[in-house]
Amino acid sequence: MPMQIQAEVLSLRKVGAYNAMTVVAPGMAELTKPGHFLAVQVGGPESSMLLRRAFAIYDVKARGVYGGTVEFVFAVHGKGTAWLAGRRPQDKLDVVGPLGKPFRLPAQPVNATLVGGGYGSAPLLPLATALRDRGCRVDFVLGAGSVDRLFGQLDAKRIASSIEVTTDDGSMGRRGRVSDVLPQVLDRTGSEVVYACGPMAMLRAVTDLATERGIPCQVAVEESMACGIGVCMTCVLPVVGDDGVTRMVRSCVEGPVFLGDRVRWDDVGTVPPDVLGSITAVGGGH
Amino acid sequence: MSELTLRPAGVAPPAPEVDMRTTLAGLTFPNPVFTASGCAAAGQELDQFFDVSSIGGVVTKSIMLAPRSGRATPRMAETPSGMLNSIGLQGPGIDAFLDKDLAWLAQRKARAVVSIAGGSVEDYAKLAAKLRGRPGLSMIEVNISCPNVEDRGQVFACDPRASASVIQAVKKAAPSGVPVFAKLSPDVTDITEIARACVNAGADGLSVINTLLGMVIDTTTLRPALGGVTGGLSGPAIRPVAVRCVWQIRQALPDVPILGMGGIRTGLDALEFVLAGANAISVGTTVFGDPTAPVRVLEELVVALAERGFSRFEDAVGLAHRPPDLHVPEGPDPLGDPPTDDPHGGTFGGDA
Repeated sequence: MPMQIQAEVLSLRKVGAYNAMTVVAPGMAELTKPGHFLAVQVGGPESSMLLRRAFAIYDVKARGVYGGTVEFVFAVHGKGTAWLAGRRPQDKLDVVGPLGKPFRLPAQPVNATLVGGGYGSAPLLPLATALRDRGCRVDFVLGAGSVDRLFGQLDAKRIASSIEVTTDDGSMGRRGRVSDVLPQVLDRTGSEVVYACGPMAMLRAVTDLATERGIPCQVAVEESMACGIGVCMTCVLPVVGDDGVTRMVRSCVEGPVFLGDRVRWDDVGTVPPDVLGSITAVGGGH
Repeated sequence: MSELTLRPAGVAPPAPEVDMRTTLAGLTFPNPVFTASGCAAAGQELDQFFDVSSIGGVVTKSIMLAPRSGRATPRMAETPSGMLNSIGLQGPGIDAFLDKDLAWLAQRKARAVVSIAGGSVEDYAKLAAKLRGRPGLSMIEVNISCPNVEDRGQVFACDPRASASVIQAVKKAAPSGVPVFAKLSPDVTDITEIARACVNAGADGLSVINTLLGMVIDTTTLRPALGGVTGGLSGPAIRPVAVRCVWQIRQALPDVPILGMGGIRTGLDALEFVLAGANAISVGTTVFGDPTAPVRVLEELVVALAERGFSRFEDAVGLAHRPPDLHVPEGPDPLGDPPTDDPHGGTFGGDA
């Protein structure tokens, strides 16, 4: 059950091209599981920006000197995130969370490969710890455009049995995409499950590679959201249900974690004619 | 021992005493704050943040006869003090809505205002008929003005005759004793003409206003920002338009109940609508950024009314229309903080 709190900023640090912000959020920290996200109001009480900004939760400390804290990672994309990057310790932030459906953990100890693109690695790091605690083997593949857009590779190295890094420009690790190295990693580690978070094109490529090998794959998608709590219906994408029927589902409440092979990647950004109640099939009239 | 009036530290002051009840078309609600259609789904998500039975009512997202996917993404663009949406009325269809959503609201003891939307007069009549005998239903809001449906040519709300046909059909099919409100579009030359046509066709009240049709172009892709190209503009950016519409309709139709909405973010915003003539208000887009906004706006409205000396909400309705020669004590500085003492004692007169 999500909560809305006035959280105090504890710290804000630069991590390469990103910002990592820790806020004091007693109660929220205890409820958070890997894959959950939070939504932050930006611009202050008189802000002309009405919509919340949603970020995956990275680190959580349920207990500590400051009570529960949660940390999230963001990139400055526009006015809202620029405002957020200007916050300082002791500033107040209106935060709603934890939101969404977290990653599902395997019941048995299995070999898991975690694939992160850019700061999509943020929710995968607590996931890796949770998997390790269950006796799973964890291997990481992290990719980004350049070295400053990688996040968490040191943490990952500490937690995982192995880590492969790719960058588009070759500034760290192998030059190329995560999909270039993922097949070897999956084969070498005997992965039984794949988890991924990052840009949609990467999630699609990872899903395809895992599915070809019969490996189940959970992906945390990134769709633009207005509310984060399930009331605005803007963050939808076509997903096949257990009954085989495709619906436009809300990534904020039914996701952000989906089974990769249930997402109709070709049709993201469209309403396919066979979606339940498709307006392209129904045609005009309303 | 003298009377102790000090409160222990950390204890909130007692809530001011204002009778917040409001009556819409013969139905009395405990307070005048509602959610807005399309901004609260069917209440369940918001119930995680506040008790949805504590506000005046939950106006549900417009429901159609059949399940509907809505439009392609992107469906939303943030604009200065507002947002543009082209959801395309995504929903589960009336049967699933009645069995799941309305049943939940009834069990939760929330007052449900069910918004219906259709592609033809017949659709609306069928939807209204389906609501017969359904517990939990307080009112019906007829969405005749949604600008982001597939066929722009079918916006009933832009034509007085088409609007009247829909309202007449709904009134005929709707369960008796359930007020029918027509939700009006501001995208018309004279909103009072549509308002009058709806009231003459039997509307028990009016919801004022729906979104304004708008558009954003993405200067990076050099294409329209929304999948649906155009969308409905909402949020505080449209508030002055909404207040003007409420004012004009109250002037033209002094006795018709009005549910006012359009960019309400605070209790003082709500008070503007009330003074312009709204008998109740809906908090819409603000909920996306602040899920507890309806209860906060209600609390702020209570304080704002108490500070201005009102003991009854209904005494403030339409008060901005009072004749200019009516003596009014020095009011609060419109640009400053409201006075915290010396209330006016409710002497404005509720019959202005």
